[in-house]
Amino acid sequence: MPWTREDMAKRAAQELRDGFYVNLGIGIPTLVANHIPAGMDVTLQSENGMLGMGPFPTENEVDPDLINAGKQTITELDRTSYFSSADSFAMIRGGHIDLSVLGAMEVSEDGDLANWMVPGKLVKGMGGAMDLVAGVKRCVVTMDHTDKAGNSKVLKKCTLPLTGKACVHMVITNLGVFDVVKGGLKLKELAPGVTAEEIGAKTQAALVS
Amino acid sequence: MKKTYPDADAALAGLLFDGMTIMSGGFGLCGIPEKLIAALVKAGTKNLTVISNNAGVDEFGLGLLLQTRQIKKMVSSYVGENKTFEKQYLGGELELEFNPQGTLAERIRAGGAGIPGFYTKTGVGTLIAEGKEHKEFDGHTYILERGLKADLSIVKAWKGDAQGNLVFRKTSRNFNPMMATAGKVTVAEVEELVPVGSLGPDAIHTPGIFVQRIIHGQNYEKRIEQRTVRAV
Repeated sequence: MPWTREDMAKRAAQELRDGFYVNLGIGIPTLVANHIPAGMDVTLQSENGMLGMGPFPTENEVDPDLINAGKQTITELDRTSYFSSADSFAMIRGGHIDLSVLGAMEVSEDGDLANWMVPGKLVKGMGGAMDLVAGVKRCVVTMDHTDKAGNSKVLKKCTLPLTGKACVHMVITNLGVFDVVKGGLKLKELAPGVTAEEIGAKTQAALVS
Repeated sequence: MKKTYPDADAALAGLLFDGMTIMSGGFGLCGIPEKLIAALVKAGTKNLTVISNNAGVDEFGLGLLLQTRQIKKMVSSYVGENKTFEKQYLGGELELEFNPQGTLAERIRAGGAGIPGFYTKTGVGTLIAEGKEHKEFDGHTYILERGLKADLSIVKAWKGDAQGNLVFRKTSRNFNPMMATAGKVTVAEVEELVPVGSLGPDAIHTPGIFVQRIIHGQNYEKRIEQRTVRAV
């Protein structure tokens, strides 16, 4: 059984370490916050200007002045600090964020990432994704291994416009986990019931052992 | 010099002209200068270039200036929440310049700080880097990005005083402090206009030197884009 979105988030949460400052993207990466191991001290950064992001508010706690980068209402914690967008991206671009988990449309064997634009379709913008992949210490992407037609989204070269070059360190798909290493992707783990043969058949990128 | 004005219309009087560049604070609808945007709609100033992280929603924020077709060009990082925007952009009526969010923030910060350009690794190897100067530092490639300035910056703060000192609240700070520094003229609207001396000099986020005009806004709507709650 390939992994579900929740399973992928759970697996990504295993990349967290005690004391980490972490930025989570929209979609599956947001779910990672639900799987922070008990007792581990992790601080979530939101690029709109907040360090120490708390859970969603109760109806009574909703505050229009307090949102995350997905524009969702959110709460603060004892440790929380607020700052400007310039300070926020000084944290990101300056290499102060330990880990970012982002979604992907395509990823390549060199660790190139495409997740912001499909030519011919309406482009909403890259937001903070290009800054994140250029600046954070480690970048993990979560994605489906193939598109709806079964074509690999783990490629030799991305076909879509890039968000960043050689910026991805680890790829978590619904089929398995891969480290980006010299020469290609190294299969690290398989989702339950998935075989190395299936990975081989559904992966365009070079797989190295 | 008196910085306080009775309302948004009065605060913008004499500052507006067709074809001008305006920076407008906020992230999504959080921390947007809703009173000054409404006054801009009323003033009808045309062919605006608006520098703002987002473009509002159809019925609120900068979306109001799109509905009246006052905006010629947007400089933004993400514009996903606006059908009016989509229609005008696809119809070729609206120009759009995407900037990575951190690059946009730093361009504004640099513009206000007298820095005409800076090198960043954000966007290297992507469409954003095309046509820009590349330079190596310590074995890494960076691209040159230019500082940004505006004819007018409109910002929103929580509290302010007659000196123009500002304090922001929670995540409504976002782009507002940098934009306050990068406008030839900066007009601020605040929820509470407090007596000079009561903000606490150590607590001021934007010193009054960056703010030329200030108004006390009334009846803030503060619309929420994604009301997300958990069960008690």
